[in-house]
Amino acid sequence: MQRLTAHAEPADQAEISSEIEAMSGEYDARGVPETQPRLDYPPYRSSLLRHPTKAPHQVDPEGVELQAPVFGQRDVDPLEADLTIQRSAEPIGERITVTGRVVDGEGRPVRHQLVEIWQANAGGRYIHQRDQHPAPLDPNFVGMGRCLTDDDGGYHFTTIKPGPYPWRNHHNAWRPAHIHFSVFGTEFTQRLVTQMYFPGDPLFALDPIYQSILDPAARERLVSTYDHALTSPEWSTGYRWDIVLTGGSRTPVAEQGA
Amino acid sequence: MKAATPGQTVGPFFHTALPYSGDCQLVPPGRGDAVRLHGRVLDGDGIPVPDALVEVWQADELGVVPRSGGSIRRDGHTFTGFGRASTDREGRYTFTTVVPGSVGGGLPFFALTVFARGLLHRLFTRAYLPPGDGGTDALLASVEPDRRHTLVCTPDGRGFVFDIRLMGEDETVFLAFPEH
Repeated sequence: MQRLTAHAEPADQAEISSEIEAMSGEYDARGVPETQPRLDYPPYRSSLLRHPTKAPHQVDPEGVELQAPVFGQRDVDPLEADLTIQRSAEPIGERITVTGRVVDGEGRPVRHQLVEIWQANAGGRYIHQRDQHPAPLDPNFVGMGRCLTDDDGGYHFTTIKPGPYPWRNHHNAWRPAHIHFSVFGTEFTQRLVTQMYFPGDPLFALDPIYQSILDPAARERLVSTYDHALTSPEWSTGYRWDIVLTGGSRTPVAEQGA
Repeated sequence: MKAATPGQTVGPFFHTALPYSGDCQLVPPGRGDAVRLHGRVLDGDGIPVPDALVEVWQADELGVVPRSGGSIRRDGHTFTGFGRASTDREGRYTFTTVVPGSVGGGLPFFALTVFARGLLHRLFTRAYLPPGDGGTDALLASVEPDRRHTLVCTPDGRGFVFDIRLMGEDETVFLAFPEH
């Protein structure tokens, strides 16, 4: 059955939208909050054969899971936080600042930890051999950056506003503009890979990846806020987006040096 | 408790950003005590997943949890305990590492995180070293007997094999932690 679905003629947007709407209706009727994406979300066709069908095994974290990898100054050059200076000239597009804080469930800053991002260029094209979208590559834009959070859990990137791009989930499928984020916490269990979106994107309602988070308030937490206080005169516009990792504080484990 | 930021799929284009030189070599391959932790990531039809990313986080041979940076720019000497491996066209991932020691007396394991295009949120699992005679572990004991083997590495000549089945028959046991 699923194999058939996976190989059937591509659906059109109306079919995908009606599947999204049906799942949203079932979710509302059931009344059980789901604030992480539903792994079994058929409107995102690539998930059909890539989701566990058995409930995860509940377990208390042990050993290494109670801590997270450490990244330091040696790992990340501060210049890697500026995606507009990686080549010889300025990339094309709207220059933006993206900043925010990484905190845990109790609002405590996640300090000196690694944040990685990647994204399409202003025309909606990734530098990746699998991206065949016939939009121009920008020789001055690689679309990847890294930084370490500061003492307050803050991160800060300068980049170009990515464009929306077409993909092959269904006929005439377009992703809302987004920046991929990869974040570590203070425990292995907080590891997060997600996507940051831009306010007011008309593609939100149509996008099965965004809609896979069935709780509307939860998915809105992926949308950044335009912040004029971050906008620099005649230079760049600013977006703010805070990241809250799962779990609360655990008494910090003492250094386990040998 | 503040509401957590939801996850999203890693998508198909992470290769431009997440892999880096030496990402899957926690120790240099030539080191005397180096072992290989490798396996395949498979989908619900048993087809290899060529666009998955596996991360490992582990203790050193003595069971000490590393607290050193340097996973991205490795110096060839410091064991950081973290590695990252993208699957190849046959769905294979490989780490060069050391055998983790026991942390606090439990059966040693490699903590793994799995990401893939089509997988909407990361998955956590443990790749346990094979329990010796009489070896036990509370988690393994709590898993249904017919699924327990999905959490245990198989030794091969140079290390350990650990396949990750995302779905279906023989699906790997994935873990959920309280409040996460």
